[in-house]
This record gives sequence, C-alpha cells and structure tokens, in this order.
Amino acid sequence: MNPELQGRAFAPTAPYLVGREKVREFARAVFSTSPLNHDPEAARAAGYADVVAPPTFPIVVQEATLAQLLAEPDAGIDFTRVVHGDQRFSYTRPIVAGDELTATLAVTSIKSLGGHSMVTSESTIVDATGAHVVTATSTLVVRGDE
Amino acid sequence: MSELSVGDIVAEKTFDLNRGSLVRYAGASGDFNDIHYRDDVAISVGLPGVLAHGMLTMGLAVQPVVEWLGGDSGKILDYQVRFTRPVLVDATEGATVTVVAKVGAIDEAGARIDLTVTYDGATVLGKAQARVAL
Repeated sequence: MNPELQGRAFAPTAPYLVGREKVREFARAVFSTSPLNHDPEAARAAGYADVVAPPTFPIVVQEATLAQLLAEPDAGIDFTRVVHGDQRFSYTRPIVAGDELTATLAVTSIKSLGGHSMVTSESTIVDATGAHVVTATSTLVVRGDE
Repeated sequence: MSELSVGDIVAEKTFDLNRGSLVRYAGASGDFNDIHYRDDVAISVGLPGVLAHGMLTMGLAVQPVVEWLGGDSGKILDYQVRFTRPVLVDATEGATVTVVAKVGAIDEAGARIDLTVTYDGATVLGKAQARVAL
C-alpha cells in the first residue's frame, strides 16, 4: 500500500440527502424497534425534526469516501483482499431525515503488520450549514499474499 | 438512573439471522459484496461460507442499548467495535447472535456500555463500546 496516502487531501463527497424511507429501511435491516427510527410523529414528540437514523447509519454516507480511497489510482489496495478491521462513530448530534450530509476523507494512519497492511481513515460528516454531525473512523485490513 | 453501577447488565437480546436478513441489510446499506449472499464466491476467497456483514452485526448489537435508552438513539454519543470473528449464516439454519450490554464506566455525561456479542459460543466483536448520555 502507498504510504503517501496519509495526509492526502480528498474532495468532499456529493451531498447525500437523508430520506425518511431510507432511514426506515435501514432501521428494519438492523432490527431496530425504536419508534423514533420509524415514526415521524414519535420522533417529533421527542424533539427531533423527523425520523432519527440508527447509530450505524453514517456508514451509508461514509461508504462514498471509502470508495474514493479504494479508487485512488496509486493506492495499491486490492479490494478483494480488504477486510473491515474496526469501526467507530463519534457524534455531535444524531442524523435525522432531511439532513443533507457531506463527507470528507482523511487517511490518518497506514501500518504494516505481519504481511498485512492496515489503513485507518476518518470521514468527517457535516450538514448543509457545515456543522459537524458525526465522524466515522474505519480501519481496513488488506491481507498480504499467503 | 442514579442507582446505575459498573457491572450492571442493562440489556440482553438474541437475534436470529437468516439469508433474508443479509439481503435486506445489503439493500438498506448498499453493501452488495457477493460474500454476503453467495456461498460459491465466499468459498472461492477462502471463507467457509456466506458471512453476515460486519456492519450488520455492529448495527444490531447496539439496538438493545437503544431500547434501554427508551428508544432514543440520539443518546448514543460514540460507538465503536473491532471485528474479530465472522458470523457464518447457514442457508437453512441461519445464525443466532446474542448481545449482553453491561455498564463499563460511569461519568458526568453518562455511561460507557460494554457489549459482549457472541455467536456459536465465541465473541465476534472486540472492544464493543457505546458511550451514552443519561
């Protein structure tokens, strides 16, 4: 893997408009029983503008930045050898339907360990006003030749 | 919640996954990697068979905590996991994933909830922690 990826600037992703039905679909897929994830009235009664996205929903927005990373022509990352190592979401506020989100990628660390490479990237996700919503951090493990 | 103590189990839940669960998650998340629905592809890359998406396991593992928070997923301030073992989802038998959520630490803002997520007698997530506002 190319160590020069670390510190490289990436362009923000195209805005992602969070749809109410997408939030519900995602909530069903992760076995959410919370009315706030499904019912706009329940969400409004709890003080939110619309249905609240489940905690791991930012992966849908982050995915575009991971695609940028894998598509970097000089990255040297073979997608078929990539395994998800760890994942973290750090929130300023939850995502709600109607949010227009933009993610910006930064590669924070590249390491080699026993023939494998590990790349850690941070995707900073902001709303239409530029205010921080959540930072999604992923480590991808690229398996070496066996 | 003032009576909350470190070590308390705040939630426990069992999830039954089947291939339909994986297809549903693929559609919802946009992760259409073949290893999550095709045994032949999974086997060709050295896996024993179709695996659940790691992000599906992460996504469902926090749900018992959200339920404990009265359904307010906005009270989750930070959530992290390490993917340590795959969850194999058999075409006919499916897979059962069990989550136990325990108080790991308490601070001014709230608490750290530690998740033990097991499948087939072994943990599948490491350092699975959610910081919650209380």
